[in-house]
Amino acid sequence: MEPRAVTLRVNGRTHDVALAPNATLLEALRDLGYTDVKSGCEKGDCGACAVLLDGAAVNSCLVLAWQAEGAEIVTNSGLGTIERPHPIQEAFADTGAVQCGFCTSGMIIATKELLDRNPDPTEDEIREALSGNLCRCTGYGQIVEAVRLAATRLRDLGSSPSSSRGDDTPREAGHEVDPADRLRAVGDETEAGGDS
Amino acid sequence: MTLPAFELLQPESLDEALKLLGETPEAVPIAGGTCLLVDLRERKTSADVLLDLSRIEALRRIEIVGDELLIGATVTIAEILDDPSVAAYAGVLREACKTFAAPLIRNRATIGGNLAHASPAADTAPPLLLLDAMVEIQADGRKRVAPLHRFFAGPCDTTLKPAHLLTAVRIPIPEGAPRWTYQKIRLRKADAISVVSAAALAAPSKDGPPEVRIALGAVAPTPIRAWDAEETLKGGKLTPEAITVAAKVAAEEARPIDDLRGSAEYRRREIEVLVRRCLSGLMSSNGGEADGA
Repeated sequence: MEPRAVTLRVNGRTHDVALAPNATLLEALRDLGYTDVKSGCEKGDCGACAVLLDGAAVNSCLVLAWQAEGAEIVTNSGLGTIERPHPIQEAFADTGAVQCGFCTSGMIIATKELLDRNPDPTEDEIREALSGNLCRCTGYGQIVEAVRLAATRLRDLGSSPSSSRGDDTPREAGHEVDPADRLRAVGDETEAGGDS
Repeated sequence: MTLPAFELLQPESLDEALKLLGETPEAVPIAGGTCLLVDLRERKTSADVLLDLSRIEALRRIEIVGDELLIGATVTIAEILDDPSVAAYAGVLREACKTFAAPLIRNRATIGGNLAHASPAADTAPPLLLLDAMVEIQADGRKRVAPLHRFFAGPCDTTLKPAHLLTAVRIPIPEGAPRWTYQKIRLRKADAISVVSAAALAAPSKDGPPEVRIALGAVAPTPIRAWDAEETLKGGKLTPEAITVAAKVAAEEARPIDDLRGSAEYRRREIEVLVRRCLSGLMSSNGGEADGA
């Protein structure tokens, strides 16, 4: 059970790390400092550890780190920062969808995949999309409201010619990108004009 | 709790995977890991060596080959839901996949994993049994195809031999447009394992009434076809009386158990109700229904 060097691409940044075959992606990400990815049930029930793996929201506790090599991994902190939040993050804050905050990263990741696939979801579709993400504080009402608000805002952004669509694709694929540089571009309406 | 220690083999091709499996027959295949990693973590199962199938492109495809719809073993439930051929030729499978766990799991869980794990409640199994699906099994240099109902041996047990790999599911493309219905009872409206599931299909036949098939989940040691119930419907019309008889026979031929999701007695009653609903539904339009209990 020898560790081997694994290259992980996280939020546009490349990490070379030595990992044992039984390390989960969740453990690897938290060790690398991506502590926005939360460790909850560690059995795929709660969704707190959700990340985007090549655009699909998955429980990182159920992915072996070796399996994630070569994939584009995006965590909640890769979508935006406090200074420049992603429209989904902003909507969660504006609607009071965050109480203790433990489930929020995973909720936002699941919401990101939903809105990428379906920009105008119904309430049923929202609840279905978030059904693998458990919140023990809010009762889900504000979370559903946050997703609806985020959808509206992203649609408005998308229909405006000079604006971002909240695209999470790293803009310099194949190159090492300082996450701080990339995050400055996210949500910056003047800079992020078109598709990357 | 961390995962136990294991070796992880990561073949890039199917040939390489079969070779490794020949050399290391005790290796346990892993793809999405949504069951296996949980069982390993909870020490419900053990494995010294895992064989990761996720890099093998050849296993992750859905295609029409001759008169069959072929779904590779590592195709995810989410990919099944998105695929137009599945929607066209295996609508009942798609319907069951809509109720499969939650989206985060559907993005990882695979059809091969769902079948090879062989839970009596495996959501993809009743629809595939209904469609007369075959499993494609490969070992070094050999490929064989067997009916899915012979693949299941018992709860979480299959007839798969060491060093053999489930590589695909093959669904005969139905002639005409069969009607189908699907019902699943679960304890909550989302992300829930079935308490009882039932599915029915009416395959058009050129002369005479359609052939009616019934499959059940979570009511026997394996997912099953309700052969005896089907027999009562052979050559006849789906009258309300015939439906009542078939539903009763289906409940009798099942072998449900008590578990944390429901009692055997409850399940037996529900089989009758669900089969009646499924068969009655065959006379109207295609569709499914998943109940919260």
